[in-house]
Amino acid sequence: MTSVFNLIHEHQAIIYIVVLMIFVGIEVIGSVPSVLHTPLMSGANAIHGVVIIGAIIVMGKAEADNYLALALGFLAVVLGTLNVVGGFVVTDRMLEMFSKKKNPPKL
Amino acid sequence: MEFNILSLIYLLASVTFIVGLKMLSHPTSARKGNAVAAAGMTLAIVGTIFLYNEDGETLGNYGWIFGGLAIGSVVGTLAARRVKMTAMPEMVSLFNGMGGACAALISIVEFDHLIHQPSLSQTFLFAGIEWPKEGLLLIILLGLIIGTVSFAGSMVAWGKLNGSLRDFSFRGQQAFNIGLLLLILGLATYMVVALPANAQLLFYVIFALSILYGLFFVFPIGGADMPVVISLLNSFTGVAAACGGFLYDNKVMLTGGILVGAAGTLLTILMCKAMNRSLTNVLIGAFGGNTAAVAGGIAQGSYKEISLSDAAVVMSYANKVMIVPGYGLAVAQAQHACHELEKLLAAKGVKVSYAIHPVAGRMPGHMNVLLAEADVSYEKLLEMEQANEAFPTTDVVLILGANDVVNPAAKSDPASPIYGMPILDVELAKHVIVNKRSMKPGYAGIENDLFFRPKTSMLFGDAKKVLQDLITEVKNS
Repeated sequence: MTSVFNLIHEHQAIIYIVVLMIFVGIEVIGSVPSVLHTPLMSGANAIHGVVIIGAIIVMGKAEADNYLALALGFLAVVLGTLNVVGGFVVTDRMLEMFSKKKNPPKL
Repeated sequence: MEFNILSLIYLLASVTFIVGLKMLSHPTSARKGNAVAAAGMTLAIVGTIFLYNEDGETLGNYGWIFGGLAIGSVVGTLAARRVKMTAMPEMVSLFNGMGGACAALISIVEFDHLIHQPSLSQTFLFAGIEWPKEGLLLIILLGLIIGTVSFAGSMVAWGKLNGSLRDFSFRGQQAFNIGLLLLILGLATYMVVALPANAQLLFYVIFALSILYGLFFVFPIGGADMPVVISLLNSFTGVAAACGGFLYDNKVMLTGGILVGAAGTLLTILMCKAMNRSLTNVLIGAFGGNTAAVAGGIAQGSYKEISLSDAAVVMSYANKVMIVPGYGLAVAQAQHACHELEKLLAAKGVKVSYAIHPVAGRMPGHMNVLLAEADVSYEKLLEMEQANEAFPTTDVVLILGANDVVNPAAKSDPASPIYGMPILDVELAKHVIVNKRSMKPGYAGIENDLFFRPKTSMLFGDAKKVLQDLITEVKNS
């Protein structure tokens, strides 16, 4: 039990970030119109692709003879990149259509 | 020095995520918001590759890193560019699964590091921070469980949306699921508290059980509820990413992950609200569970058909026409033809608008995206409340491949699985013309009484074909 308290004490700053971010996350999308639900979900999907950074760290730290770390790290980088790149591109494609209609092409 | 610059980069990236998400929730700024977040992400990735260092050591294996990035980028871009508009929900689910898998893999590798440490001291130096071993293990396990469940669940959701997986449930599945979840949590707690000698075996057992739980978690949930599930899994992946941020004391992973975790949860709740159901109801839900009771529920009556030329005449001489698009329209790729018909009718002085149910299509807002693709003007799209106010003064309602969102059973039949879902009250209009390919029930697998009502006439055929024929007829009439 003590270790749990220690953990919280050691990581105070991070825990504060977590709590505040929860409120920010809720606040920031609170007024989204239902029209934008799909693009927003897709955009949020791309943002959690930030997990790629963890994958890069794992990959970059892997020793040359640790095949498990190398193979899994590599796979993680590929999958994480798919999440980030695919996510942002799909979102952009969806939103492209919205903006097209906002400024109708001049004939 | 470099590491300090990286901190600044992470701070910037975190701000872009927040600003990006904020901009994404307003129609005018949404696209820019996406670009802002993407720019922040790129910055964070490049910064990590070149500036990250741990105890004075920089990252290596550049070949592998860049190889992985290149493969992921090329495949991701191609997949995202080529995917059809109708298949986008699947795509989002698939990408979400990739993120979950990525988080799980990180946990696996870090656990492997941890278990092979020679020293068995109580504290443990990791990424420059003194950790109690339990704390480290807890975070690794959390990342593993949440990431894996999100991955397995997303794969099932993906399979269901593209039609390769059917709903599947068995008696006592809820109890089984809860038991499975408790077992996973129990094993994880035991592992953290007791640090047993066979930890490695236990770790992989938890991994396998998490996959199983992810599968069984999504399997029984009906296809119509997939958007909610994807949104929920999306926030799971966010939390899994945040676990990685905890592990590496990496603030950008933490902010990004928690931000998406919180926003995703709220979005999930907003979607449920749009369907007037609670999240518990969706998850433990009626769908799938009691379809047997519903199948024999409503007796088939007789329906009447309308010919193309009659339909064209009725619409041409109407004052107000409301189009209710559904997934059938999307499947037939008929949004352009639909827009053309709308323009044609408008030229004849008919007031045309679209009634958009919040969950029409396969994802909330999916229909808006599709109609936007066909250049339908934003002002013509009515949200459900506006549409329901407009129906009593509407002459003709044209339903294109929508079914469950106009099913009166949602109001009148407490036994129906969609009971309580707000629907478009199309019956308030003078005429209802329903275009469907056949009398087959909709996505939720339930009969629709609307088709047998006296005001309703059926116009069978593929939505695109029917619309093109209607356009010809309207031109001639």
